[in-house]
Amino acid sequence: MELHVKKIKNGTVIDHINQGYSLDVLSILNITGKEKHVVSVAMNVPSKDIGRKDIVKIEDWELKPRDVDKIALIAPHATINIIRNYNVVDKKKVNLPKILKGTIKCNNPSCISNSREPIESMFHVKDDISLSIRCHFCGRIMEKDDVLNQF
Amino acid sequence: MNFDGRDIVSIKDFSKAELERIMSVSDLMEPLSREGSDILKGKIMATLFFEPSTRTRISFESAMLRLGGNYIGFAEPKLTSVEKGENLVDTVRVVENYANLIILRHPLEGAARLASEYVNIPIINAGSGAEEHPTQALLDLYTIKREMGKIDRLTIALIGDLRYGRTVHSLAYALSLFDVKLYLISPDLLKMRKEVLEEINGKIEVFQETDLKKVLPKLDVIYMTRIQKERFPDLKDYELVKGSYRLSRDDLKFVKRKTIVMHPLPRVDEITFDVDDTHHARYFKQAFYGLLVRMSLLSLILGGIK
Repeated sequence: MELHVKKIKNGTVIDHINQGYSLDVLSILNITGKEKHVVSVAMNVPSKDIGRKDIVKIEDWELKPRDVDKIALIAPHATINIIRNYNVVDKKKVNLPKILKGTIKCNNPSCISNSREPIESMFHVKDDISLSIRCHFCGRIMEKDDVLNQF
Repeated sequence: MNFDGRDIVSIKDFSKAELERIMSVSDLMEPLSREGSDILKGKIMATLFFEPSTRTRISFESAMLRLGGNYIGFAEPKLTSVEKGENLVDTVRVVENYANLIILRHPLEGAARLASEYVNIPIINAGSGAEEHPTQALLDLYTIKREMGKIDRLTIALIGDLRYGRTVHSLAYALSLFDVKLYLISPDLLKMRKEVLEEINGKIEVFQETDLKKVLPKLDVIYMTRIQKERFPDLKDYELVKGSYRLSRDDLKFVKRKTIVMHPLPRVDEITFDVDDTHHARYFKQAFYGLLVRMSLLSLILGGIK
């Protein structure tokens, strides 16, 4: 396949992002484009596995493990490659756990998890592909757009 | 089927057989509600009401006294350490040292679930924000059963504030375990919550409507609710929908002879006073059945009845 974006020397490549969600992935990672990293985005790239996909390459920046769940929320098929000196030193597929703790807030302002209690937010993942998660405490169901609104 | 030491957080935690067991024990409570008993002698119930309540709290307290137990607690968080900034978890962890069970009402959703995960004594959810009010649903079911002789094969309408009204959320979950047709009648702004619809759709026939008058002749049970002004984030929205549905004596000309009218109370203007002395009205009877159901729950959970 034709290479749409050149190889990077050091940094992170997030591949197999669902078509149209690359900018949301950057937003979730709090990458605005105003940082010093070179960021390349490829959209609507043909993919054998998921039809069309987006790819994001961020140079001289490595994804932190706690951000992996965040990506899984909106890009359930994504693969993450950590690159050092042109070599892939770590490659993993994101995997949304059955129970999600602390990653995002419940969007119900009246949920007890948003009050001054000694607890982390907690969600049960009902559907990890189209994304549907249920708050453990108040039962509110959140979907992809509700999650994206938090970033 | 074991209720001993069990929490009641959500009506969804019950099977149909368990709901029927609670109702059959409620029947046994009727004579005790008049004569009193000592089956819970020495037991203490803590009523922690972080949000105002009249009938639910008094009904629980009366139920405990009728069973020979006693109660402690507060009805007004302003007079307690909660006002000083204490959180819910700390409050219930202290109170569990003083009581055998906690009845909790709280303005936030999920409060009862959280409390139940931190203490070792049973928690009964007496209303968690706009989320659920499981003991109200139990007494509503029991009222339908006592007054109609059955729950299966009835056509029931929940009317009014289906978004913020916690009693209708719990009742819809409970009714989904029976063979009923359920009409959900509300203004568009106050439609039933998505999470409730997802749970009940497919289990029973559900129809969403805005026009009450159109469906009145089909109904066996008319369950009116108050528009929950205090839960609207924007009072402008409340102004748009207040007084959306009003049931009057004239409307009852169009209902079946045996149709009953229920309301969790308090009412504002959803049922006009001229309905009160018709043979359809059951909302004051509901309050009596509430006492029996709460006696039943306390007896089952605290081991007064095996």
